[in-house]
Amino acid sequence: MREGRQTVTAVVHEVDRYRESFARLEAGAAAKGWAWFQPVRRDAMARFADLGFPTVRDEDWRFTNVAPIAQTAFAPAPDWGITPAPRDLVPFEFPGLAGSRLVFVNGRYAAGLSSLGPLPAGVTVTSLAQAFPAHPDLLQAHLARYAEYHQDAFTALNTAFVEDGAFVSVRRGTVLEEPIHLLYVSTQTPAPVITHPRNLIVAGEDSQVTVVEDYVSLGDGVGFSNAVTEAVVGQNSVLSHYLIERESPQAFNVSTLRLHQGRSSSVTSHAVLLGGALVRNNVHPVLAGEGGDCLINGLFLATGRQHVDNYMKVEHASPHCGSRQFYNGILDGQSHGVFHGRIIVHKDAQKTDAKQTNRNLLLSEDAQIDTKPQLEIYADDVKCTHGATIGQIDEDAIFYLRSRGIPKESARGLLLFAFAGESLQRMKVEAIRTHLEALVAQWLPQGAPLEDVR
Amino acid sequence: MLEITNLHVKAGGREILKGVDLRVNAGEVHSIMGPNGSGKSTLAQVLAGRETYEVTAGKVTYQGRNLLEMAPEERACEGLFMAFQYPVEIPGVGNTYFLKAALNAIRKARGLEELDAMDFLTLAKEKMTRLEVDDRLLTRSVNEGFSGGEKKRNEIFQMAVLEPRLAILDETDSGLDIDALRIVAAGVNSLRSPERAILVVTHYQRLLNYIVPDFVHVLVDGRIVKSGGKELALELEAKGYAWVEGEARAAAPATA
Ligand SMILES: Nc1ncnc2c1ncn2[C@@H]1O[C@H](COP(=O)(O)OP(=O)(O)OP(=O)(O)O)[C@@H](O)[C@H]1O
Ligand SMILES: [Mg+2]
Repeated sequence: MREGRQTVTAVVHEVDRYRESFARLEAGAAAKGWAWFQPVRRDAMARFADLGFPTVRDEDWRFTNVAPIAQTAFAPAPDWGITPAPRDLVPFEFPGLAGSRLVFVNGRYAAGLSSLGPLPAGVTVTSLAQAFPAHPDLLQAHLARYAEYHQDAFTALNTAFVEDGAFVSVRRGTVLEEPIHLLYVSTQTPAPVITHPRNLIVAGEDSQVTVVEDYVSLGDGVGFSNAVTEAVVGQNSVLSHYLIERESPQAFNVSTLRLHQGRSSSVTSHAVLLGGALVRNNVHPVLAGEGGDCLINGLFLATGRQHVDNYMKVEHASPHCGSRQFYNGILDGQSHGVFHGRIIVHKDAQKTDAKQTNRNLLLSEDAQIDTKPQLEIYADDVKCTHGATIGQIDEDAIFYLRSRGIPKESARGLLLFAFAGESLQRMKVEAIRTHLEALVAQWLPQGAPLEDVR
Repeated sequence: MLEITNLHVKAGGREILKGVDLRVNAGEVHSIMGPNGSGKSTLAQVLAGRETYEVTAGKVTYQGRNLLEMAPEERACEGLFMAFQYPVEIPGVGNTYFLKAALNAIRKARGLEELDAMDFLTLAKEKMTRLEVDDRLLTRSVNEGFSGGEKKRNEIFQMAVLEPRLAILDETDSGLDIDALRIVAAGVNSLRSPERAILVVTHYQRLLNYIVPDFVHVLVDGRIVKSGGKELALELEAKGYAWVEGEARAAAPATA
C-alpha cells in the first residue's frame, strides 16, 4: 500500500513541474497572436496531466522505461544563450545539396544560421512562429489535427508547449526538387533543457517535397527533444521524410511523425538513429485515401547503454493501399533496441497489402532486442506479412572474407556495413545517402569501408 | 612448400583427422581422394585457417613457416588459396568490391601497388573471358543466389585473379557439367608452374582426366591410407573405396 501511494505522489510531482511552466508559457504566448491556438494548448495540457508519463505497464511502452525523462527537472530553453558559429554546423551539411536549411537552436529558429534557397512559386518554407501570423488559415486547418495528443502523453506535452518548428507548404502541382533540411541543434546548457520542435508539412495535390529532420548536439548536455511532425500529403503527391538522430549520448529524444495520406499519395519515411541515451521513434502513417502507398524504412545503431525504441503504427483506413516496413538494427555493448510494429487494417480497407520486416544483429552478449509485430485486422480481404530475425554476425562469411586476404576487422566492418546498407540503399537522395553512409561507417568498428560495397 | 606432419584435428568433440602426413613441393599437383566424411574438407579448412577446428597434435609448415600460427588472412597474403566446397553467400557485399579488396590486401602484403577500380576491372574482365564466367556475376552480391555451378566458377575466377602459390580445391568439380569442368580444369592448369603447387580434393576421378596429378592420396577415416601416382585414381575408380578401406583395415594395428 505504501509503495502505491508513493508512486502516485511521484506522478503528480512529475506533471506539476510542467503545469508551472505551462502557466508561464501561456501568459507569454497569448500575447504573440496565437490566440486561436490557446484552447488546443489548454486541452493538450489537461490531457497530459491526465495521462501522465507512460509506464511499462502501458502496452505501447512495454519495453521502454521513460522514468529518466519523467524524473528529470528539465527547464524550458532559455531565450538567451550561446549561438553556435556557422562553422560549428559545417559537419552537419550535406555536400552537394543546395536546398534550404532551417536551423533551430535549442528549439528556436535561428534566422542568422539558416539559408533559404530560391524557392519555386507556391512553396513556403518558414518557421512555425512566423507562420502563425502569416498563414493562419493553413495552420488552423491542419495544426494539431492529426497527431494524437489525446492518446499520447508526449504528443500532448509537445502540443501544450509548441513554440517553434518548421512550416513547409507546397501548393498543388508544385514540385520541390531540393530537400529541405531542418537542423535541430542542442547546445550545451547549464541545466537540462526540454524543447518541443513542432513541424507542419502541407503537400497539396500532385506536389512533391522532401524534408530532412536532423537532431544534433554541440557538446554533451542532457537535453530532451520532444518533437512532433505532422505531414498532410495531398492526393497523388509524393513526400519523402528523413529523420536523423545523432544527438549526444546523454540526450533524450522522442520523435513522432504523423503522416496523413490522401488518395494515391506516396510517402517514404527513412530514419537513421545512432545518437541519444533514450530514443523513441514513433512513425504513424494513416493511409486515409484509396491507393496510397508508404515505405517505412529505418536503421538503428546502438551501443553502450543506449536505448532505442521504434514504434510503428501503420493504419490502413482505405482500400487498395500498400505499406512496407523495413527496419534493421545493430546493437552492441549493453544497448537495448525495440521494434514494435503495429499494423491496423480498418474495416473498409479491403485489398490492403502490408508488409513488415525487422532484422537485428546483436554484436555482444549483453545487447538486447525486443521485437514485436502487432496486427489488428478488421477487413477480410487483405494481405499482411511480417517477419523478424535476430542474429549474430555470420562467422562463415567472416572466414570466407579472411580466407581471401581481408583482415578480420575489415571483414566485420564490411558485413556490418552491408547489413546497414540494406536500409541505406532504399534512401534515394544521393547526397543524403552518401552523408549517412559515412556517418554509419564512422559508427561501425574500425575497418568499415567508406565506399560503395555493393 | 607444404609439409604436414602427424596432423590430428578435432571438431565438435570428435577426432576427425587422426594423423595426416603429406608433403607437397613447388611445381607439384597432388590429389586427395576419399569417401564421404573421411575428413577431406576438414583438412582443407584447417589449412585455410578455420578456427572451429581444433588442432590437437601435429605440425604444418608452409614455405618454412608454422602455418598453424598464421591468421587466415595472413595465409591468403602468403599465397594460400582454398576454393570452398560450399562457397558462402554474402548479401550486400558486391563481388567486385570483395575481390578488389581481397586482391589489394594481398598485393599490399606483397609490397605491390594497389590497383585502382579501372585497372582491377580490366584484369577481372580478362580473367572472366578466359574462364567463360558471365560478367554479370561481378555486379551481384558475393555468391548470393548463384547456382551451384556459378559458385564453383566464382571460386576459380577468384583463384585466377588472386594467383596463389598454393591452391587447395575442395571438390570444385562436384556439380559441374562437363563443359564447366573443362573450363575449370583449364583455369587450374593455366596456374600450373614450377613455383606453384595445387592440392585437388575430389570425390571422383573424372576431374583428374583434365587436371592430371603427380600424386594421388587416399584419405579414409582421417588418415592417408594409400598414396601413389595418377594410376591410383583410375584403380580407385575401378575398384571403389571399399578396396582401400579393406586394405587399410587389414594393415592397421588392432585398436580394440
Ligand atoms: N565443425 C564440425 N563439427 C562436428 N563435426 C564435423 C565438423 N566438420 C566436419 N565434421 C564431421 O567430420 C567428418 C568429416 O567431415 P568432412 O567435411 O571433412 O568430410 P569430407 O571428406 O569432406 O566429406 P564430403 O566428401 O562429404 O565432402 C564428418 O563426419 C563430419 O560430419
Ligand atoms: Mg568435403
